[in-house]
Formats: sequence, structure tokens, C-alpha cells
Amino acid sequence: MPKRSDIQSVLVIGSGPIVIGQAAEFDYSGTQACRVLKAEGLRVILVNSNPATIMTDPEIADATYVEPITPEFVEKIIAKERPDALLPTLGGQTALNTAISMHENGVLEKYGVELIGANVEAINKGEDRDLFKGVVEAVKEKIGYGESARSVICHSMDDVITGVDTLGGYPVVVRPSFTMGGAGSGFAHDEEELRRIAGQGLTLSPTTEVLLEESILGWKEYELELMRDKNDNVVVVCSIENFDPMGVHTGDSITVAPAMTLTDREYQRLRDVGIAIIREVGVDTGGCNIQFAIDPTDGRVIVIEMNPRVSRSSALASKATGFPIAKIAAKLAVGYTLDEIPNDITEKTPASFEPTLDYVVVKAPRFAFEKFPSADATLTTTMKSVGEAMAIGRNFTEALQKALRSLEKKGSQFAFTGPVGDKAELLAEAVRPTDGRINTVMQAIRAGATQEEVFDATKIDPWFVDQLFLIKEIADELASAERLDADLIAEAKRHGFSDVQIGEIRGLREDVVREVRHALGVRPVYKTVDTCAAEFAAKTPYFYSSYDEESEVATRTKPAVIILGSGPNRIGQGIEFDYSCVHASFALSDAGFETVMVNCNPETVSTDYDTSDRLYFEPLTLEDVLEIVHAESLAGPIAGVIVQLGGQTPLGLSQALKDNGVPVVGTSPEAIHAAEDRGAFGRVLAEAGLPAPKHGTATTFAEAKAIADEIGYPVLVRPSYVLGGRGMEIVYDETRLASYISESTEISPTRPVLVDRFLDDAIEIDVDALYDGHELYLGGVMEHIEEAGIHSGDSACALPPITLGGFDIKRLRASTEGIAKGVGVLGLINIQFALSGDILYVLEANPRASRTVPFTSKATAVPLAKAAARISLGATIAELRAEGLLPKTGDGGTLPLDAPISVKEAVMPWSRFRDIHGRGVDTVLGPEMRSTGEVMGIDSVFGTAYAKSQAGAYGPLPTKGRAFISVANRDKRSMIFPARELVAHGFELMATSGTAEVLKRNGINATIVRKQSEGPGPNGEKTIVQLIHDGEVDLIVNTPYGTGGRLDGYDIRTAAVSRSVPCLTTVQALAAAVQGIDALNHGDVGVRSLQEHAEHLTAARD
Amino acid sequence: MTLSTRGAQTPAVLVLEDGRAFRGRAYGAVGETFGEAVFSTGMTGYQETLTDPSYHRQVVVMTAPHVGNTGVNDEDPESGRIWVSGYVVRDPARKPSNWRSQRSLDEELAAQGVVGISGVDTRALTRHLRERGAMRVGIFSGEAIPDEGTLLAKVRQAPEMTGADLSAEVATKEAYVVPAIGTKKFTVAAIDLGIKGMTPHRMAERGIEVHVLPATATLDEVYAVQPDGVFFSNGPGDPSTADHPVALMRGVLERSTPLFGICFGNQILGRALGFGTYKLKYGHRGINQPVQDRTTGKVEVTAHNHGFAVDAPLDKVSDTAFGRAEVSHVCLNDQVVEGLQLLDRPAFSVQYHPEAAAGPHDAAYLFDRFVSLMEGQRA
Repeated sequence: MPKRSDIQSVLVIGSGPIVIGQAAEFDYSGTQACRVLKAEGLRVILVNSNPATIMTDPEIADATYVEPITPEFVEKIIAKERPDALLPTLGGQTALNTAISMHENGVLEKYGVELIGANVEAINKGEDRDLFKGVVEAVKEKIGYGESARSVICHSMDDVITGVDTLGGYPVVVRPSFTMGGAGSGFAHDEEELRRIAGQGLTLSPTTEVLLEESILGWKEYELELMRDKNDNVVVVCSIENFDPMGVHTGDSITVAPAMTLTDREYQRLRDVGIAIIREVGVDTGGCNIQFAIDPTDGRVIVIEMNPRVSRSSALASKATGFPIAKIAAKLAVGYTLDEIPNDITEKTPASFEPTLDYVVVKAPRFAFEKFPSADATLTTTMKSVGEAMAIGRNFTEALQKALRSLEKKGSQFAFTGPVGDKAELLAEAVRPTDGRINTVMQAIRAGATQEEVFDATKIDPWFVDQLFLIKEIADELASAERLDADLIAEAKRHGFSDVQIGEIRGLREDVVREVRHALGVRPVYKTVDTCAAEFAAKTPYFYSSYDEESEVATRTKPAVIILGSGPNRIGQGIEFDYSCVHASFALSDAGFETVMVNCNPETVSTDYDTSDRLYFEPLTLEDVLEIVHAESLAGPIAGVIVQLGGQTPLGLSQALKDNGVPVVGTSPEAIHAAEDRGAFGRVLAEAGLPAPKHGTATTFAEAKAIADEIGYPVLVRPSYVLGGRGMEIVYDETRLASYISESTEISPTRPVLVDRFLDDAIEIDVDALYDGHELYLGGVMEHIEEAGIHSGDSACALPPITLGGFDIKRLRASTEGIAKGVGVLGLINIQFALSGDILYVLEANPRASRTVPFTSKATAVPLAKAAARISLGATIAELRAEGLLPKTGDGGTLPLDAPISVKEAVMPWSRFRDIHGRGVDTVLGPEMRSTGEVMGIDSVFGTAYAKSQAGAYGPLPTKGRAFISVANRDKRSMIFPARELVAHGFELMATSGTAEVLKRNGINATIVRKQSEGPGPNGEKTIVQLIHDGEVDLIVNTPYGTGGRLDGYDIRTAAVSRSVPCLTTVQALAAAVQGIDALNHGDVGVRSLQEHAEHLTAARD
Repeated sequence: MTLSTRGAQTPAVLVLEDGRAFRGRAYGAVGETFGEAVFSTGMTGYQETLTDPSYHRQVVVMTAPHVGNTGVNDEDPESGRIWVSGYVVRDPARKPSNWRSQRSLDEELAAQGVVGISGVDTRALTRHLRERGAMRVGIFSGEAIPDEGTLLAKVRQAPEMTGADLSAEVATKEAYVVPAIGTKKFTVAAIDLGIKGMTPHRMAERGIEVHVLPATATLDEVYAVQPDGVFFSNGPGDPSTADHPVALMRGVLERSTPLFGICFGNQILGRALGFGTYKLKYGHRGINQPVQDRTTGKVEVTAHNHGFAVDAPLDKVSDTAFGRAEVSHVCLNDQVVEGLQLLDRPAFSVQYHPEAAAGPHDAAYLFDRFVSLMEGQRA
């Protein structure tokens, strides 16, 4: 049966900004879906507030709305576009929740929009815990298997004590009913703990009710990815087994596909239960993901939960199997059945089969606890990782070690040298799941732990434990062998050892190991991910390396460009870089090159086998990249390797690649050095006659102190060669400088620390530009809303700049050109300036694609990354203008006066983290980047654009109500006008005594409220923190006090996060917010697609 | 048990009849073995695969790299012994892990004298077989392996699968009864051409008392059990040699006794109806094959293990000696006939394995269909 003919247009909802738990995988899914729907001849209308996505590229959908994903804005889009259908299952929980609330408030019915891909009843059955429990019971009724965790409801301590026996003893989980955010829940291992937790729970619960649940901590954990079509055909696309047993969120677990430790009988039982569940829930068309726990002692199966939509796991499963779940889900949603859809990879067989793997896939999570030192790093059922790497090998050990080195994080690879620790201590440490527990386990093995001891401590399945022992035994053989012979190296390679690891074990340099290995003829081969274990020929070159016999890389005649991706998402290097890599691939393919993508991040569009001509799913280390270049050079001519688009990861390989004879195109490694090395960059600036803040570089405290003494405190200190302001800090005195130097692990004689004068009160400006060696194209000028000192990635910014005049732009252009020329850029450059007084300082220059490239591209309707890729391969800006890739005349510095204003706002992950006492972590912005994602607000005036950016990032700005203001002394002056505006808009002001006094003297009334430190008043007056918790505050303005005491206001800000009250931490943000509130209160805020904005802009340019 | 990782292991070599060789390490028993090289793509169920009599005289290449992870138990085998003549894996488990595991697969293979090889590029071997077709192979292990020329000569002397009559070698010599579970509703005579243990179990679950009869059973012996239905099982070898079962089945068809065939039994039905059979280039062996039930249009994911297939027209109803017949099931990967049914008599068969083990349970409804036929005959 072909596709439905009654649907002509579809609205697709994206997932918005990247946050922990909802990341780039939804761009991958959404992009696939939009392309499929468009190819089917449907008009695709898309809403997504995240500019750093491929799906919001104007060519992916017919009408692209970069607008907040809230029911209000989506309704405006529906009213304007009148789509026939809404596909809500591809944009994560955000899209699903938005669709559900629009169903509930009648908007869908009002406009006659049909939900496709999932019906509301099915969504509710899958998502609501109680309803889902009923689903599982019904399934058990039908097929005899599957159950939910046993539980008992208790209303008294006696109930609780007897309840434990009915559940089969300790430990038990206690969950008080109707408390917010699961407050008061916990594990009880004995009666004493039970009495404490349950006692507190009974008190906390408004209905004096707690739920006791059997503990399935330490059980084996599995996931199945299923798809169903309208004819009730169901396939299981992939099974996934968690290396970390139950208790760790699957997003934070190391996971393995396919399942490794199930017999067929057990696997088929999961499959039967899974299929029965998707039918019972009623997912008519599309995918779902079901999680199971299995008791390792008797095989009892518990169904944990299901997601009736495309999920992070389904993206992983798609990459792991070559079965594109989102793409097929989109086709099913418009009426196709599985047997009507061909398998892309074989082209000859249909999608109504189950992929079979002849390799092993391992996914490892990437954490960012170093950015949140006060956060508790214990892994729990709340997801905390910010990204992931996936690796493919012909066996588990190979895939695991590749995954660990793909994480590209110090200490992520197993280490077999160095002192052997204390076994008992290491085992005790391994009990607690954390980032890097697997490395602790390996150290315990080195310290003599037995397989049983490791299992007892971690409950990691004995088969996996044995694999770790296998790796350790290979390491021992490497260490003890008289010499490295071909057999030994090949064996080590087959178990995933890198040249670096072998070198460490043998006391050799990495390049020496590689030379020996090459001399002995030990090189990887490349196998194909083909969905069918070689049963049918694969047409799609999706490769992974393995130390096996036969390579499957075909020869080619067209020159290839190898694009190095950015690896796992992390704070500071996220989806924005993937965006640039994908654009390069598209542009170079159009220009007649064969494109070859290398990346190890399963969430991304770049690792979709459809994106480039060839895909190597490989770690981005020097060794792995060199081997790919070698394999591709045997296959045909190589035009070049692009390192400047994937962020710091490939950039860091640039020099070494060149030294190994690899043709790095675009900005040369020497030029990169000229920008990254302070001394060299200083000379560039001097030659161009540009000022930089006073600065110096130091490798010791003494050197740093001397510099700081000369330029004066505060100083900004940071390690060189880092991204996202890692380790960057504003240091106000010598004591802190000393501790900073001693704490920093990144500093070495080759990697000095940079000490800069810190410019208080400066306006920070970001510039993205293209340079072809002769001509500069100013991509865009972004003015930060927060002042210098807050990391540009965490700062909101506006494009075009809202307070800079023609003279400033002229200066910026001249400076940018001077630097681009001086450094020797060929492609993109990003420069940060600070305008302090009337002096334009250069803060830093990055000769690569920056985080803001997608934002700039979307705001100005010019594909900068595409242009950069072309320039790298020899095109000039003049040629690209003639070709139409760049505008014929003008650039991002000469935008027409009526050009739309775009505001980028950063999204912070505060709500995800708790300290070890269970309290929230502080939310103050600083020089170290901590945001996970961003949104864009676009409109004709700044206020509206800013209001949209806030609505997209944190929820709408309040237009009335109560505003609490407490600012640092230095901000008190600049607070007065915005505060007066708030009052004019009808806000009632509350303030702490100091701020209230200043307001009063300026004729602004504010109620004095008690500080947290003052406690409740004699008549029960609440403190500000209590007021926030009680929902009595609608807007919070709290700027931290200048030096040192950055913890002031901590309670206020964490309360704001937990209650989702908008909280502005700079006075500049307050000023912007007031403009936003003003816009919201002045009539209707409209929506406009990017295509319409672009048309307008292009017309104005001509 | 933990093997040392390297060095201490016995070398082994696999030699294909076209001369390609793969070096690896001994797995299971040490020695030499011959058979037809075939690959199986199932990721689970190695115990069921090894003990499936249809694999008699075949050397099975596992495309899934890790084999043996869940060890061996006494519940999952499909017959009393391992039938494969050789076993090829890439990464055998060193330590089995499963609450039902009783011993390691390596031990089991050695105890049953099954010669295997590990550490070879099974994907390269699979691709070779896919391109060149299933062919004879030898595995040789031990400290002193002769040169490859000598081995190749030995491989080329081994018998071929085409023309092999193997059912009698694997089938039971004595009749036995699998009692119905719960109330007995029907009696079925099951001709054992290499039957898997799960098949009579699936019938027993439906209240059928199954009389498993030797492959050599006569029509009189079949009807001596007063069957409500007759079943023809799976089994090894070339269906073109199965003259006795074909004749037996014709006798059953003449009497219009409800009839169900699986795998080899499907090929027997094909022949009984006058269709030819042919050898597939490399067969279907796996548990992920999409089969469409042409009567409902629904797709089921099924377990396959067949190297031969029935040559019947897909696009029309055929007239046969037993009335009209049609292709009821087809494999969506390659349009191979996967099921036959008579329109005028109560008989049908499928080429794949509705009993699963290993494999998905999607096609279990076929046993219900058999039950319906028997009910229909009674009514």
C-alpha cells in the first residue's frame, strides 16, 4: 500500500537546544525525517529554536521556523501554515510534550491537524507509569512473560516493615507519593535505613503514602529498538546490553550492541515481550525503545520503561546497525509499510527484516564533571553525560578500547604502567559507579583482583569482566615479550590496543611503535556496516577498522577530501562543529569531490551514512586518522584533509598530520600555531598594529606572578590550546594565582598558561570571517550581551550588533583582515574583541570554524562553512560570489538596516547536577564555558528577538508579576533604569535591604524581603528563597558580588533553577530582558520562516 | 576455565575447495574434518544451531564474532548431539556467563569430537562463500599440519552436498512418542527426516500427541498410529534424493490426511506435487529473514536453514496431481519460495522454521493452522 494521499503538508517539531539527555541525535533523526518527507513531495514545515542544527538549514524543509518550541509559538506557526499533519515523535520529549499539550488545549483540533506517527493514547500509555504498568500486566496475561518491578503501597511504618517481606527483603526503594522531583526517595539496605527514609517519606508525602519497590540494582540491563507499521509488522532493529548494570542511566552507561550475554531463549523472550508491548501500547507506525532488567541469578525479566518515539538509543541503534530508524519512521508515518521500504544499504532487500551484526559496537559516555567541581559525580538514574562516542570493532575488546580512546579525554584509555594501587581500595572505589569506573576496575585487576572480586564489587557481567582480564593479559604479554614481533602486535591490535598504549607499555614513542608495526606489515583493514553480516552485498561505504584479513575499501577515481569531525559532544565542542563538517561535505560533493567523513559521534548528522560519499566510523586520534588516510590513498587520489571545521580535536592533529606527509588543506598548521601561540600571535598583532590586553605566558608560578604584578590584578588565566575556556579563570589576587597554577594539570613547558589583563566592563564582540589569502568576507559581527569575562559560549549575543556603529564595524573589519592576513588564514577565522572605553582590544583568534558559524550563517542567510570548505580547496571569495555561494556584493558587516536581529542565548545544564548533599549547583556565569547548547531568537527588533531567545531557552519571560532584585554594588547604578521600566510594566519589585534602599532613593518602591542568611522573620516572614520555592516570584535578578565571594546568592539561584523561574545574573541581561518584556507587552509577536527572512535579506542586498 | 591468550594454542587451518585458506587456532576437538561450508547469520542460538540435524555434514561459519558467551546447558539442544561437521568462529568465549550455563562450548565441542577453528576472518570467509557459493571445506588442526596442497587434495576428495541422501543418517531408528501437554486433542505422525526437538514440543503444547517415526517408515506404519495429521520434518541433504519420503507423502496426500511440512518437508511436498528443487548459491541460514504470508500480506521475521529450495511459480496457481497448489510464503530478500499450500486438500508446508529455536516466534501461528486443518477434517 503506497503512501497516504490525504496529507500534503507536515509540521515537524525539533528538540530545541542541546541539553543533557536530549542532544544532537534529534538533529540526526529530524534531518532524516524532513528529507524523507520532502522527497515524498510533502510540504515540510519545521520548528526548532536551535540554530546549530542541520535540520534548520533552509534547504532541509520548505518553511523553517527558528522560533521557540512552546505551544504558543507553535500555534502561531500552525495558524500561519495550516499543515495537514503533525509529526511529533522525532524531536525528543520536547516535541512530544508540545504536541500533547496542543492536543489537550484543542489547538490541533481547531486547525484540523492530525497527529501522525503516534496517537495521544499510545503516548500516554507509554509515558505514564501507572498506565504502563497496566500495559505490562496485559502483556503478561497474553503471553505469559514480562512484569513490572514488584511494589507495595504503604501508609504507616507497620505497612512499611511488613511490605519489605512481601517484596522479598532488602534492599528496597522508597518513593514517597506526590513529592516534587522525587524528593525523599532513596534506597534502604536494612531496617534502620528503611525507618529513616520511609519515616521521612511518610512525613513529606501530602497523602502520607510511600511506595516500596523491590530493588533491581545490579541486575543486567537491556534495551530493544522496535519498529511497527500500520499492517502490524514489527521488527526488532537492535538489542543493546549495558556494561554497567542497573542503577546507572543508560545514557551514562557503557553500552554494547548486540546483546552479548543472552541465550536465544532469553533473547526471544525479550523480543516477544517487546513486540507485545508495542502492540498493547498502540504505537501504530514508528519506533519505540523498551528497557528491560534481568535478574542474573534466575533470568527473571522486568520491563522498566518504554519511549514511544525516536530516542537517543534509536539514533545509536541506527548507527550501530545501518538501519535508519528515523528515516523509516517518517516513511511509516505517511503510510508506507516496512516491506515497501528498501534497505538503503543493500538496495535489494526490504526494511522488514532484523539487522544482524558481524561486529561489536560499544558506546561510551563523555562527562563534564570537571566543569562542575561541586557536583556529585556518582552516576545514578538521572543522566549526567554531555556526549558519547561509539566505536565498532570485530570483537568487544577492540570496540571497547576504540571507544575509550574516542572519548579523547585524559585517562580514558586503560593504563598499564605506573604504580599498582591497593586492591581493596580500588575495589571499594569501583562499587560506586562514576565516570571512569571501568578504568578503576582495570587498576583493581592490575592490583590482583580476581574476576569474582570484580563482579562482587560492580555486578558487571562475568563475561565482560573476563574481557577486561583478557585485555590485561595482552598488556602483560606486551610488557614481558622480548621484542615486538608481528604476531604479538597483531594480537594486541585485535584487542584494540593503540600505538600509544603499546608505546607506554614498551617505553617507546608512539611513532616508533607505528614504524615498527608498519615495517612488520601490521595494518588495519576496513570492514563495512551492512545490516546483514555480509549475506548481501552492501552499496553504502560505511566503514570501521579492524585488524583482520580482508579490506573492503573500493578504489575510486575522483579526488577525495577527508573531513575530520569533532568527536564526542562535550561542553565547548558540540553540534556546531558537526554542522560545519556536514556543510563542508555537501559543498565539496557539489564541487565534484568525493567526500570522506571521519567521526566517532553516533549522535550526529555527519555520521549518517547518507551525508558523505564514504564514512569511517573511527576514533579521531593521530593513529586512526593516519591509517584512514593510508587506506584512502590506496583507493585513489586525495585532494586534501580538512582539519579546521571539527573544532579543537582535528585542529590539534594538524601539525602531526602534516609532519606525516598528509596534505592538510586550508589554514596551514604553521598558521594555526601563529594564532594559538601567544608569542607568535603577539607578533602578528604588533605587525598589524593592533592592541591586545597586556599579557604574558608562564610555565611556573614565579613567571605568572611576575606577569600579574606587572599588568595588575584582576587577571584572566587559562591554559593554551583548549576549547570552551577549560580551566579559564578570573584571578583577583596572588594567593589564588598560586593555587591555580598548582591545581592546573594542563600546564607544561610546551603548554604554558596565558595570563591576560582582565578588562572589566568591556563590550565583547565576536567576529566570524572568511579569508582566501587576498580578500576578506566578514561573515558576521556579534555583540555580546554580557560583558567580557563571561565565556563567549555562555554569553548571549546579538547579530547585527545592536550598539556598534559604522565606525566600529570599520575598525573590526580592518583588524580582522590584519589578523587573518598576518596569521595566514585560508578559510574561516573567529576573533574575539573587547571594546573597552574607545580601545578595541584583540582577545583571541581561532583560525577555524567557531561555535557561532551556524548562528552567523542562519542570521545572515550565507553558508559560511560551505564557503570555507571551498576556500580550503582553492576557491577564492570572488569565485564564490560569482557562483552564488556568497552574496554578489556586501557581507555580514554591511547588512541592510532593516535586516532581522538575531539573538543567540546559551542553555545551561544546572538543573542536572546536585552536590553530594543533594543541593543544586551554582548558576553563575564565568570565563569557563558550561553551557550545553544554544537557541536563536530572530525578529525585526532586538527586544522581540531577545524575548524569543529566552522563551526558547528557558521558558517565556514574564510580562507581569513580582520581580526580585538583588545586585552587586557595582551594578546598582545601571540597575535603576531597567528597574523603573519593570515597574512601568506593572511589576511589583522585591529587593534585599541594600538594593531596596538604592531603589527607594531613586523613587522606586520595592518591598524588602529577608535574605536567606537572616532566616524567617519573627512573624513568619519568608526569606527570598522560601518565596521562590513557594512560587511567589516571577523574575529574579541576582548579580554575583565581584571579587572572591561568588557564592553569595547561591541559594537564590539554585532555587530559581529548581522552580524554573527566569534568573538574570548580569545587569546587561536585565536591560535586554526589559526590552523583551516591552516587546511582549506591545502587541502580538509574530513568526517568520528563515526562508522569508532570507528572501527579504536577499532583496535588500540586491 | 581461562585459556591463555596466545601462544599456547594449537594452530589450525581452513581450506576451501577452490583453494582459499584461512589460518587460525584449533577450537573444540583437534584433528581434521570435512563438509560443506555454509554461513549462519544468527547472533544468538549457537547451541540450537549446532544440534540441528539439518546441519549434518556441514561446516558452519558463524558471522557473529563472539560465540560461546552463554556456555552450554542441557535444556537448549535441538537433538541428542552436535551435528555440524565443523565449526568456524572468530572470538570464542573464554568464560561463559549465564545462570543456566553448565559448561563451556569449547569443552562441549571437544567432548563430542567436533573439530573447529577460531580466530579467522569470518567476514572475509562469508563474503567468499556469498560470491562463490557454498562449497566443500576442510578444517585441520594440530601441531603438524601438512602443506596446503595436500589439504586441498583431501578437501576435493570429500563428498559433495548435491546428491547427498542424509535423512536416514540423522533420523531416529526407533519410533517414539512425545506426549501432548495437557489434554490430548490430536495424534500426529511425524516423519523424522532430521527433526528438531522444538517441533514436536510446539505440537505437544497444542494438545497433540506426536508419534515420531523413522525416515524409513512405510505408509502402513504411518497409519498404524491412526493419525489426525501427518508431519514431515526438516532434515539435511539434497531433496532430489528423497524418493522414499516423496512416495510416502503422496500416499498421505491421496488419503487427504491433514499434512504439514517444514523445511525438508516443504521440499518433499514440492516434489510430491511435481515441482523441481534446486540448490541455492549459498542458502538461507539465519534468524532474521523476512517472509511474507501471501494470504494475509503480513511479514514475519523467521528462522531459516536451507540450502535447497522449491522451484514453483510465484505468480499463478498450479494444477497438480493433488489439485490446485500455490506458493503461500515467499522470502522478501530474494523471492525464494518459502511455503506451499494445496487449495483442494488439507496440506501445506513452509521452507523455514516456525518452531524457531533458534529464532523469532513470529511464525508459530502455522502450528495453529495445522491444528485448524485437523479440526476441519474432524468436523
